[in-house]
Amino acid sequence: MANTPDYSYPPMDKRKVIGQRYKRLDGPMKSSGRAKYSSDLKPPDMLFGAYLHSPYAHAKVTSIDTSDVEKMPGVKAVYVAAPAGTEVNWQGYEIAGVAATTEEIAREAARMIKIEYEVMPHLVKDDDLALAGTRAKQGGERVVGDPDKAFQDADAVSEGQYGIPVVYHCCLEPHGQIIQWKPGTDPDNKSDQIHVWPSTQNVPDYAGSLSQNLKVPATNIKVRMDYIGGGFGSKFTPDAWAIVGANLSKKAGGRPVKLYLDRAPELMIAGNRPSAYAKIKLGGKKDGTITAWQTESWGSGGFQPVNPPAQPYTYANVPNIREVRTTVSLNGGSQRAWRAPGNQQASYLTCCAIEDFAAKIGMDPIEVFKANAQYAARTGAPDTYRYQLDKAAELAEWKKLWHPRGQSGSGTIKRGMGVAIGSWNGNGHRSQCRTVINPDGSVSVEIGSQDLGTGTRTIITQVAAESLGLQMGQVKLVIGNNDLPPDGGSGGSTTVGGVSTSTRKAAINALMKLYEACAPALGAQPEDLEAVDGHIRVKGSPNKSLTWQAACRKLGATSISEMGAHTGQAIPGLVTGGAAGVQIADLSVDTETGIVKMNRYVAVHDCGMVINPRLAESQVYGAVIMGISTALYEERIMDQQTGKTLNPDMEFYKLAGIGDIGNIIVHMDIREENDKRGVIGLGEPPAVPICAAVGNAVANALGVRVPRIPMTPAHVLDTLEGRTA
Amino acid sequence: MSSRKDPETPAPASGFSRRGFIARVGIGGGALGTGLLENEAAAAPANVAGPGPVPITLNLNGKPVKLTVEPRVTLVDALRNYLDLTGAKRVCDRGTCGACTVIMGGKTVYACTVLAIDAQGKNIETIEGLAAGTALHPVSQAFWDNDAQQCGYCTPGFVMACKGFLDEHPNCTEEDVKHGLGGNLCRCGTYIGVRKAALQAAKTMKGATKNG
Ligand code: FES
Ligand code: FES
Repeated sequence: MANTPDYSYPPMDKRKVIGQRYKRLDGPMKSSGRAKYSSDLKPPDMLFGAYLHSPYAHAKVTSIDTSDVEKMPGVKAVYVAAPAGTEVNWQGYEIAGVAATTEEIAREAARMIKIEYEVMPHLVKDDDLALAGTRAKQGGERVVGDPDKAFQDADAVSEGQYGIPVVYHCCLEPHGQIIQWKPGTDPDNKSDQIHVWPSTQNVPDYAGSLSQNLKVPATNIKVRMDYIGGGFGSKFTPDAWAIVGANLSKKAGGRPVKLYLDRAPELMIAGNRPSAYAKIKLGGKKDGTITAWQTESWGSGGFQPVNPPAQPYTYANVPNIREVRTTVSLNGGSQRAWRAPGNQQASYLTCCAIEDFAAKIGMDPIEVFKANAQYAARTGAPDTYRYQLDKAAELAEWKKLWHPRGQSGSGTIKRGMGVAIGSWNGNGHRSQCRTVINPDGSVSVEIGSQDLGTGTRTIITQVAAESLGLQMGQVKLVIGNNDLPPDGGSGGSTTVGGVSTSTRKAAINALMKLYEACAPALGAQPEDLEAVDGHIRVKGSPNKSLTWQAACRKLGATSISEMGAHTGQAIPGLVTGGAAGVQIADLSVDTETGIVKMNRYVAVHDCGMVINPRLAESQVYGAVIMGISTALYEERIMDQQTGKTLNPDMEFYKLAGIGDIGNIIVHMDIREENDKRGVIGLGEPPAVPICAAVGNAVANALGVRVPRIPMTPAHVLDTLEGRTA
Repeated sequence: MSSRKDPETPAPASGFSRRGFIARVGIGGGALGTGLLENEAAAAPANVAGPGPVPITLNLNGKPVKLTVEPRVTLVDALRNYLDLTGAKRVCDRGTCGACTVIMGGKTVYACTVLAIDAQGKNIETIEGLAAGTALHPVSQAFWDNDAQQCGYCTPGFVMACKGFLDEHPNCTEEDVKHGLGGNLCRCGTYIGVRKAALQAAKTMKGATKNG
């Protein structure tokens, strides 16, 4: 067909499958325990791997001797990743791996490797910049407008200190993989072959990165993953354990090796969210408009420098800004992308500072957020924020329940409410999809994506079924290996926009071919046909139609196989980026114990065209619950004396449980004007504002700012008793 | 946040269950070296097993299953590494998260805190035994219906904890569920769905008992 087909979606009220609350397709597999995650697999002859990690935060390996261990019965391979002379810069650093016939033997062997270190000086804490010394590197000063004059002219100036610590991703399925490196023995194909079953957010690009490290062509690397037990931004690359696992496999003659991190190293080395601390000064008018903003911030993402996020967050167009950012290099495991990288910290610093300003001028913070919505940079965002602030206030009964800061009665239990905003610009990633229509009427959709538990399987199937006029059960979906048309990694809320667009295009392209095949039988031109309710019919004459099966029989013996591609550019109506949200926390603080209890939490979010409201809501619930957990409990605790991580486990690194989260009200902002923008991802936006909303609610309850998240009893009581946290 | 599971793990037959061992050494005892376990065994010559692999029989989902494991192998590792019953997951490996939950002798237990040799002689129900073929147990069905799983890695443990809880508390309220399932952790944030699922399953299971 010469003309570009019309890929646009039918209007909201004409959609049959998109917009419906289908249950997730892989739900039965997961809830029956039948879903096989990569860490559940056991290919024939598999060996179990175990790691030796550095117990020191900073040390040099002076000697390592694996000879005894290599002779242990059951040990099949030992691989040293950090030979003598290696300087390790954080606790948990990968030293050596062992592969053995049982996991027990592998672990014992790893423990028995003889190793000596020269221990070196370390820095593991970042909350006090004064202690960082030469490990702190100040970036330049950024100045917008004339902040000095603006502060002088301001009706009111507020100042505060805020901190948000390093937290662990703590994916329940640890990082790792099963990997098999087979020597090329086939006379026709001497090159080595690698099979890998990883736990990864990025099936399509995994082989490419691995091939660079192992010098095996990417075409010889087969990657397969059906299920992943959580990633949250921390599982994009093959990592050291894939290299070590591969080398163990090779040394063991090509037997597959399973190498997953134990919980302690999982927390110490497999990713964390960087910290951010700041002193912030705000100046503004009595009507709530902010005129001047000054930030001195610092933070750490581990050994490699990572700048704390720019301020102010979202309200980027404040006219007068001064900002100095400092990065601290620590002897701690490296940061990784965490659900909306940088945004939680940024939102925490900005929204807490705005709330402090509102308290200073005696204004309702919702009104102050609204008064400054004009500073939001993205087109349309100011109106969206104003709408969402009102909507969230309505759902939280803000007008009835909110009180000015500290006016929470004379009892020991103080109730407070706090508001915060978030945004994210997750455009759909590049993606390719193949749609196959067979003469027997069967349909398959193939796409090299992965379902992180976000519902990717379900929404791809919904888009394909909608596009072909079929029901969900008539579309067979294949994802999760790198033989399929390449998609992108699942991160940054880019997946849904990418896969929906490539799937939509592939399905429509395939349908055009089907129309060509059955147009003669219907006495019509291909462009006059439509696919509705399992029929191909002539537009405007619904009785001139063929059933789907009959239409497909017109293909004779040849299947249709058509591709659809998305380049990553926004396409109006199909896919775009930029979603906003407003959240309100309602909680109670016990001033005697310092315990913070969630009462209710309201989350209002837009995300463009919603393919499946049930799954979209689950994304918001999930992000909010994870956020409440980080806001109330989570913090990596390091000991400067010994350099050790004190809570690399799940007893002392607390995650919120089912009784700790209060009630949550999710409102999807599915207005037509949002729908028209096209599909937008929702993994990150709702994860952004929670620490800020909780922090503001605690300040509102107590009448005083608890500067540092998490809102643990220790931090709350420190503040109440005038100690600096 | 904290584990609220019944701490009464059935008394171990051989007298050196991992939980008892941890209790004696103290949580801060750090590495659970096999050497220490062997010493414990040596001090109790009356009932010595190991340190090498020993044949054991586990009564799994109503069937006796024979396997050979070292005495230090936990029940969750026996299920996953030796029997390919991978519904139970190993996550914290320290009795905190509930991902490894199975029902043993009618009580929900963390399979990472039970030694496989000590699990002999008791009925052990794993998620694989809940329903035959592609059928779904009412608890699994309720988890699906209420979208009580995202990545799903915590789900089998949650389903088993929920089944065990509902067996004992068929008339539970939402408040009861918040306490009763407090020993399982989910990182994806599915608790709202889990609360609804537990209440739905309570209803369907009661209906089934009445009709049956
Ligand atoms: S793995 Fe057993 S309780 Fe966490
Ligand atoms: S669904 Fe992912 S951990 Fe619970």
